Amino acid sequence: MSLNAHRCPNDHLTYPGHELCPDCGEEQTDTIDLSDETATVVTWTTNTATPPGVRQPNSLAIVEFEVSEAPSASESRTESDGDDSVRAIGQLTEDADVEIGDEVRPVYAEELRDPDAGIREKASQEWDGYRFEPV
Amino acid sequence: MDRVAIVGASMTAFGERDAWLRELLAQAGRECLADADAAPTDVEHLYVSNMASGEFEGQTGVPNALAHDLGAMPAYTQRVDQTSASGGAGVYAAWQSVASGASDLTLLVGGEKMTHRTTTEATDVIASLTHPVEYKHGVTLPSFAGLTARRYLHEYDAPRESLAKVAVKNHKNGLDNPHAQFRKAVDLETVMESPIVADPLRLYDFCPITDGSAALLLCPESLADEYAPDDNYTVVSGVAGATDTHVVHERDDPTVMGGAVESSEEAYEMADREPEDVDVAELHDMFTILEFLQSEAVGFFDQGEGWKAVEEGVTDRDGELPINTSGGLKSKGHPLGASGVAQIYELHQQLLGEAGDRQVDCEVGLACNVGGFGNCVTTTIVEEP
Ligand SMILES: [Zn+2]
Repeated sequence: MSLNAHRCPNDHLTYPGHELCPDCGEEQTDTIDLSDETATVVTWTTNTATPPGVRQPNSLAIVEFEVSEAPSASESRTESDGDDSVRAIGQLTEDADVEIGDEVRPVYAEELRDPDAGIREKASQEWDGYRFEPV
Repeated sequence: MDRVAIVGASMTAFGERDAWLRELLAQAGRECLADADAAPTDVEHLYVSNMASGEFEGQTGVPNALAHDLGAMPAYTQRVDQTSASGGAGVYAAWQSVASGASDLTLLVGGEKMTHRTTTEATDVIASLTHPVEYKHGVTLPSFAGLTARRYLHEYDAPRESLAKVAVKNHKNGLDNPHAQFRKAVDLETVMESPIVADPLRLYDFCPITDGSAALLLCPESLADEYAPDDNYTVVSGVAGATDTHVVHERDDPTVMGGAVESSEEAYEMADREPEDVDVAELHDMFTILEFLQSEAVGFFDQGEGWKAVEEGVTDRDGELPINTSGGLKSKGHPLGASGVAQIYELHQQLLGEAGDRQVDCEVGLACNVGGFGNCVTTTIVEEP
C-alpha cells in the first residue's frame, strides 16, 4: 500500500491524482510514495456529528508533505515553477492530540469507514488508506 | 441590449414541511405566477433548481412534473443541479434563457425536501459531492467548515467570538422574516456554549436542514411593464459562475474562496459596478465562517478583515453594508436547491421596498451562492430599474 502524490513533467504535485495536471494540463506521469514520510498539520477538526458508517467522533487533518526527492522528469522546467510540497487530508489516529504545525506520520488502516452504511456505492471507490499519527 | 427583468417572486415557508418536493415547487411556482399576474401557459422556459430529489425521496424528473402540475405545457423544462449552488446556477440559466432571446418568459423554481431524513443522513447525501479520498475518511461539509475556520482564526488572529457574532446577527435578522425556519434570537453566550459539531465550530455555527421552495419569473425588460406595471420590477445587471478545486485541500490558500472571487469579478464587470456600489448582500452562510470568506472574496473587505466588519457592526441591518437581512441560511434555513433563489427573492423585496420590518435603504444588491465548500459559486447583482 502506498500514499501516492502524482507529478506532471513540470513538477506540479497533487494528491490525489487527476486525469490531467490541474496546474498545466499535461499528463501526470510520475508518482511519489509519501507513506514513509512525515507531514506538518495545516489544520484539524473533530467532527462529532458523523454520517452513517463513520466513527464518532471523527478527527480529521489537512497535512503538508515536503517533497525533497530530486525531480526525475523534465529537464526543461524552470526552477520556480515546480511544487516542493503537497497536501493531503485524512483521519487522525484514535486519541491523537495535535495542533497546527505538529509533525505527523501516515499509518495504514484497512477500512476507514463502513462501505455498506453510506450513500456512496461500495464498488465505486477504495475504503482503505492512511490515518495520521503524531510523531 | 435588452436587460433581463425579474417581474415576479415568491417563497414558501422554510422549515419542517409535510409537503413533498412536487407540492413545494408547485406552491412557490403558482404564487410566483400570481405575483406577476402571468398565465402558466405564457411560460416558455421552466427551470427547476434542485440538488438531490432522487437521493432524498426517490422522485426524479421534477421539472416535467412541475410543468404538468402548473399547466405550463408545452414549456421547455430543465433541472439545474449545482449542489448547494443549484439556485444561483438556476438564476444564471434563467437569465441566459431570456438574454439569449430563447425565452420571453422564464419561470425558475428552486426547492428541496430534506427533513424526513435525519441530519446525519442528509449530511451524507450532501457529502456525496466529495472526492473518494475525502469521502472514505468520513469528510463532510461541516468538517471542511471546522478545518477552514481553525485555519482562518489562526492566520488572521480573529477571536472565536467573531464567528458567533455572525450567528447572533443573522438570527436577529431572521426574527423579522415570516418565512424563516428559526424566528428566534440567540445571544453570544448561547452560541459559544452550544455543543461542538466540528471543532472549533459549534451547533449555532451551522444552518439547519430544511424543506422549502422559492421562485422567480424573468422576462426581457422591454416586456416588464406587462407583468410588473409602474416599474415594479428589478433587473439582473450582473451574473456569473465559477468553479474551484473539487478536492478542497488542493487549494493554495484554504482561506480564499476562489470561485467567489472569480464569479464576483465577472458579475461586477457585467453590471459595471464595484463592491463599493453594493448596498445590501445575501451571502451563503451555510456555516458562519463562510460569511467571512465570501465577504472578503467578493471584495467587500480585505482578506482576513471580514471578521472585523462583523465585530464593528458594519454588516448589521442598520450598518453600512447589511449582510443577510433575510436571516441568511443560518436562520431562514437551507433547502439546498431553493437557497440561491430565495437569496434573490430577498434582494428583490428589498429593492422594491417591500421587505417590511427588514427593509434597508438600497438600490443595488448582491447575492453569492456557494456549492460544495466553494467548489462552484455564482454571484448575482440585482438592481432597481
Ligand atoms: Zn503540471
